[in-house]
Amino acid sequence: MSAREHFNVIGKPRRRVDGRAKVMGQTRFADDIALPRMLHAKLLRSPHPHAAIVSIDTSRAEKHPGIHLILTGRDFPIAFGIIPVSQDEYPLARDRVRYVGEPVAAVIAKDEQTAAEAADLIDVQYRKLRTISSLEEALASSAAALEFPEVRLHKHAEQGNIHCTQAFEFGDVDEALENSDHLFEDIFFYEGNTHLPIEQHASVAAVDRDGKLTLWSSTQVPHYIHRALARALAVPAPQIRVIACPNGGGFGGKCDLHNHEVVVSRAALRLGRPVKICLTREEVFYMHRGRHPVLMKLRTGVTRDGKLTGMHLQTLLDGGAYSSYGAVSTLYTGALQTITYDLPRYKFEGCRTFTNKPPCGAKRGHGTVQPRFGQEVQLDKIATKLSIDPAELRLNMIVPPNSLTANWLKIGTIGLTECIRTVVDRSDWKNRRGKLPSGRGLGIACGAYLCGAGLPIYFNTMPHSGVQVLLDRSGQVTVFCGATEIGQGSDDVLAAIVSEVLGVEPSDVRCITGDTGITPVDLGSYSSRVTVMMGNAAIQAAERVREPIAAAAAELLRVTADRIAFAGGRVFVAENPSKSLRFREAVEFAETKFGTLGAVGSYTPPRPPGHYKGSGVGPSPAYSYTAVVVEVDIDIETGWLTVPKVWVAHDIGRAINPVLARGQVEGSIYMGLGEALMEEQAYRRLPPKLSDALVHKTPSLLEYKSLTSLDMPEVDTVLIEDPDPNCPFGAKEVGQGPLLPVMPAVANAVFNAIGVRIDEVPITADKILKALALKAQGKEPRIGPERFPAVPYRVPFLVPPPWEGGDGHSVKEPSKRADLTKELVTS
Amino acid sequence: MNEVSIPAAAIKRNVRMALRVNGEEHDVLFAPYKTLLEVLREDLNLTGTKHGCELGECGACAVLIDGKPVLSCLELALECEGRRIETIEGLAHGAELHPLQTAFADLGAAQCGYCTPAILMTAKALLEEEPNPSRERIKAAISGNLCRCTGYQQIYEAIEAAAARMWEADVRRQEANL
Repeated sequence: MSAREHFNVIGKPRRRVDGRAKVMGQTRFADDIALPRMLHAKLLRSPHPHAAIVSIDTSRAEKHPGIHLILTGRDFPIAFGIIPVSQDEYPLARDRVRYVGEPVAAVIAKDEQTAAEAADLIDVQYRKLRTISSLEEALASSAAALEFPEVRLHKHAEQGNIHCTQAFEFGDVDEALENSDHLFEDIFFYEGNTHLPIEQHASVAAVDRDGKLTLWSSTQVPHYIHRALARALAVPAPQIRVIACPNGGGFGGKCDLHNHEVVVSRAALRLGRPVKICLTREEVFYMHRGRHPVLMKLRTGVTRDGKLTGMHLQTLLDGGAYSSYGAVSTLYTGALQTITYDLPRYKFEGCRTFTNKPPCGAKRGHGTVQPRFGQEVQLDKIATKLSIDPAELRLNMIVPPNSLTANWLKIGTIGLTECIRTVVDRSDWKNRRGKLPSGRGLGIACGAYLCGAGLPIYFNTMPHSGVQVLLDRSGQVTVFCGATEIGQGSDDVLAAIVSEVLGVEPSDVRCITGDTGITPVDLGSYSSRVTVMMGNAAIQAAERVREPIAAAAAELLRVTADRIAFAGGRVFVAENPSKSLRFREAVEFAETKFGTLGAVGSYTPPRPPGHYKGSGVGPSPAYSYTAVVVEVDIDIETGWLTVPKVWVAHDIGRAINPVLARGQVEGSIYMGLGEALMEEQAYRRLPPKLSDALVHKTPSLLEYKSLTSLDMPEVDTVLIEDPDPNCPFGAKEVGQGPLLPVMPAVANAVFNAIGVRIDEVPITADKILKALALKAQGKEPRIGPERFPAVPYRVPFLVPPPWEGGDGHSVKEPSKRADLTKELVTS
Repeated sequence: MNEVSIPAAAIKRNVRMALRVNGEEHDVLFAPYKTLLEVLREDLNLTGTKHGCELGECGACAVLIDGKPVLSCLELALECEGRRIETIEGLAHGAELHPLQTAFADLGAAQCGYCTPAILMTAKALLEEEPNPSRERIKAAISGNLCRCTGYQQIYEAIEAAAARMWEADVRRQEANL
């Protein structure tokens, strides 16, 4: 990559390449597709959270006029799941339903209305089973499962209703904590919440002219869907083409293979006609795959001058009814605690349970958001206790650049110091904090995130992203990549990088993306991986295709090829730009000389330094960093909290297009405030006389509260640019990292404003009032979980940190596992 | 209350009606229970208008009827005969973008673009009523349109930029007419 600092495209604020289509209403989302002879599908969903399916009678529905096909679990013998080791879902439930909303049957009819009518005519007999509705019940039922096997949701679960446990110890943490000047022990709860993309999931499947199946879908991960669909349908992958339509927002909610995608695919193959489905908003709430509710306990040792000595983090996740991304989510609750502040020793224990709720999965910040909340709030408590300014406390312990962490993650560039200083300056932190009028306060928190997961979700050592560039004699540049446009601007990044290298305008580049039938594999739009991985592949492809053009131009301009430069639509001699050709002329001559011009590039992340089992979650080519200051204004009569302003500084490496980068930061702040203040994917039992079913409390956009324009504060956004050598033109991620500090910064601001601790999210008016009442009664002014249950974590892998002589391997494989029943009895 | 029993077949029998959308008359045949949103998207292929809930909660389906923003998912198409319907497809002047569209595209007001058509139409109605709105007025006007991507700030800025541009163009036009 060129080390030059002057760019023609990179870093310039521009209209995104797909901007015109979006403002014209021409962007074609999945539900905008209509094909000749298209039929419509509707799913019949379970009204019970946990039941055995006794029988399904479709005879009445079959007689309904306009019906073409009815499918049930019998039509889908193969289980699927996004993570290869935990494929535990069926497109339509076979013997058992495990959450309200789980699809049981599908009707394909001439229109949506007819399909819905016929679905009502399907008679399903259920035998209700005991509902597992909470973390506590999941743990308790693990013991009961020995006696009553049916209370176990899955046979593959590690024990009882414990899906999996993870445990690692990097150095002797107990010893570190014992030798600390202060030991802080805190329990936090992070409520689940959901993605809420405004676009409801839609899919259209059709058998194309060549006899192959094509699926158009609202998906962030067409490559994974392609593989998973081939397996679920038992159809060879080359016979399937998955096209990811531009997503109307994703946020992680379109990262699984979804039941409806398999159903419409099977129906289209069966009927030989296109079949479409679009979920209702209520169905999207019940399909979920969002943020896991997490109970966590942090024990942290600190020296009297405010340095960390060690941390022991325990997490307990409510995973819902199926695995989804859960095994990875669990690892992510422990993976990134080490990458912001110096932490000599670290122990992590994680556990995910099964309950009879819609499955949880990946949402923006996947698994790292909840423990970040706990860590950053605890740091605020530490700063208060030690009488150190919380910004100073953090500044004094930032991880050095180009270092290894206790859990063997490789840190490259780190702009956190500048981020903190920036938000402290711009918020006038030093002069205003503690001096604001009653009820107002300022809070600070930081965060960090991956720039792409270091490993794919299925094991392989192939590239994570591939890009192909094709040129023709007209000067047309077409670039192909499997990356998926979900609104974040990945097409714009692709066009910007290719045009920068070839010296043309982004609008001269045609992007063809997210289509497994014609684009090289890219793993998808998740883990903030696209800019870095697709970007590096795009640079390689563009530089390779530039070579023959430079050689041809050099011949015409009578210089050597290394003197040739590309900019402004011209190919010229670097030290004498008047000696030049139009880009088109150079391409024409190159095509004459070398034949058709094209090149591919690909990117594989660096091999991570850790070698212990489980070390695959956490590594990344680079990490982004963010600092946030939040101001709150609390009405102590009503407990109502408003946020007048947020200051944010994000270490982005380099902004490819500052307009889009700013939008990603502000969108993260928005979504973080929603999680901090109001968003809850929470459940309740219906009254016993109805059905006693465990249902979503607020499965509608009216009741599931999110911020409107009237709730959204002013945001002061600063991008900190410190180019990272592993990243394309130095550009790190920006889509997820800025969300992480928001929730703890709000909680810390609440403490600064009114002296109470809310150790859980969302931070609502009723909790603030309760905490104020406790304060008035002279009790501990804190709202949050009181206890952390005994969890039968596995025995940890012992991995010495780099500074204790380790080599990244665990020193001994743990053999024994905690005895579950014994633990529960004694606790 | 007495319920009038209507045979199911009658409810589904298509009705024929003239709808005026973006200045064009359309002769449409549709099921009488369909909302304006459904008729626009499914019968007229005007898919620029989106849906996010079909219950009047998200604002993604807003169109203008007689110049006022209306949630097309709550409006029966049957009730729209003779009314002036405007959708995103009619916002640009031919191939030339409306100043709101230009500003939204240039200033990052559209990320995924799904809520964008409805916000553009809502903003158009606002600027027609109030050419130079304050930030507070803009916030209030679009408070019924949920956007999950932007955090709204770039939307406000785009509406302000468009208002300023339209104002200047108006002033120039008036000067030319003097």
